[in-house]
Amino acid sequence: MSEASGTRGWLAARAPVWRTLGQIAAKTRRSRNLSVEGAQELLDGYRSLARDLATARRTLGGSVVTNALEGVYGSFHALIDRPPRNSGAAVLRLLRTEAPAVMRSLSAPLLGVTALFVLSACAGWWLIATFPELVGLIASEEMVTKVEHGELWTDGLLNITPSSVLSIRIFSNNIAVSIAAVCFGIFYGLGTFYLIALNGLMLGAAFAFTHQYGMAGALFKFVVAHGTVELSVICIAGAAGLSLGESLARPKLASRLESFQQRVAQLAKLLPLLGALLIVCGLIEGYVSPDPSFPLASRLVIGACYFLVMLAALSGRLFGAGRAA
Amino acid sequence: MDRDEFTIASATGVEVKLDVAGAGSRAYAFIIDFHIRLILAIAWFVAFALLSIGHVFPPPKSHDTPTTYILAAILPALAIYFLYHPVAEVLMRGRTPGKRTAKVRLVTTSGATPSTGAILIRNLFRLVDSLPALYVVGLACTLVTARNVRIGDLAAGTMLVHDRTDALAALVALGSLAGQTKLDTAALEVARDLLERWRTLEDSHRAMLARALLRRIDPGADRLSLEMTDAPDLRARIESILRGEAAQ
Repeated sequence: MSEASGTRGWLAARAPVWRTLGQIAAKTRRSRNLSVEGAQELLDGYRSLARDLATARRTLGGSVVTNALEGVYGSFHALIDRPPRNSGAAVLRLLRTEAPAVMRSLSAPLLGVTALFVLSACAGWWLIATFPELVGLIASEEMVTKVEHGELWTDGLLNITPSSVLSIRIFSNNIAVSIAAVCFGIFYGLGTFYLIALNGLMLGAAFAFTHQYGMAGALFKFVVAHGTVELSVICIAGAAGLSLGESLARPKLASRLESFQQRVAQLAKLLPLLGALLIVCGLIEGYVSPDPSFPLASRLVIGACYFLVMLAALSGRLFGAGRAA
Repeated sequence: MDRDEFTIASATGVEVKLDVAGAGSRAYAFIIDFHIRLILAIAWFVAFALLSIGHVFPPPKSHDTPTTYILAAILPALAIYFLYHPVAEVLMRGRTPGKRTAKVRLVTTSGATPSTGAILIRNLFRLVDSLPALYVVGLACTLVTARNVRIGDLAAGTMLVHDRTDALAALVALGSLAGQTKLDTAALEVARDLLERWRTLEDSHRAMLARALLRRIDPGADRLSLEMTDAPDLRARIESILRGEAAQ
């Protein structure tokens, strides 16, 4: 038998097998729960493809058949190497142990970011207290005019925008800021540093500006219910961003990329929880903070209670971490 | 061609070779997805407007707070805009309609289907990739990195590879033809490739290529008569050789 007819015969003999493999692949892609028999069938197909590819590479070189087999083998590889479906147990494990572990690993950068935020807020206060004309840098003309007329820019907010829309706008913005605080850590932490410093500066400047018109108390009253958790979460996101920057500046693994990827994968476990906390912050800021019927005492209670809930959530206790142990 | 190969060790001992997609394929997929997103969002607004006009979802009276109305109009459009990529990539296992059209798919650096977490990380980092505008950072990163990846992919450990979805069908077709013809494999591949591309070729080119092929696979064919034969007959001749009906 000549080599050509041998190869032809091999191709012809494999055609029905490949047709069956196509059916197996289609069935696997469609099904969400693969049976043991189905999985075994898929593995057998993968092995037979590996053999076919090895044969083709040896006998046919860079032919169309070899290239096609490379493609099929690659897609079967991805079909077999699939992540398990996220079960309720996995979510619970994330909330009870994994996210708190990440949180503990952030304690040092969190201290640094909090200090940065406080210092920036003090700098913002000093800046506006010393040079009041610079208020245009942090507030729009409309906001400045309102405060000059004895009103906060948050007064009457509910007459313009309904609470629900306000909440969605606020939590979307806060989530975007938090994601930015984490992601901008890729610039060796400098992006996060800038974002946290800017937020601190603006908060301090806003308080200094309202203080000049005797309205700092009113601003505090507006902020206190949602601000305790909102600012804490932004600081935690900042700490995550700084730790991301550190993984690039001082890699702990063999390469910067590996170190960065490992850190991102760890930090990602904390982000859903931070997002959820910010959604509730947005609801408080939309429904409670602009509503003048809530006295300061209730706002303080809401702020303090929600802060405790945040601590419990970040330590995993809210989800039964202590009980599970 | 914007193709690069990436080799991965596998459990069988036979390496997996993946064609890494370049900036062109990536941009092509993104543009398609962007248009799908846009069309879906506009379609929602049009549908909502029609529902309002038809009083299925009547607009609020002037003294009412239009909360539900505003939310019903805005939320689905926002969801389409922000969640299109992660949701499609999770549901379609590393693909989106745009990626499918561009014949690319997302895999991890070990060739596996990416996890939900990896897909979310990849999409969160769009914030950095899209800086300062029009994905300049992402595009620049794609051009300078070894696997043509953007920052989101670097963070998530993913990459975009060419998806040869039609490879299995091509294999089956070649195998079936191999059982009928006496052509050698190389000639068989060329003949099938020519027939596959027949419609996309210019008439003069397809005739020229068919004649060149027939001169090789049908030595008995008269050169002059081949020159006189038109494209449809040349195709029929090649097909009959592939079916093993003509002498080779």
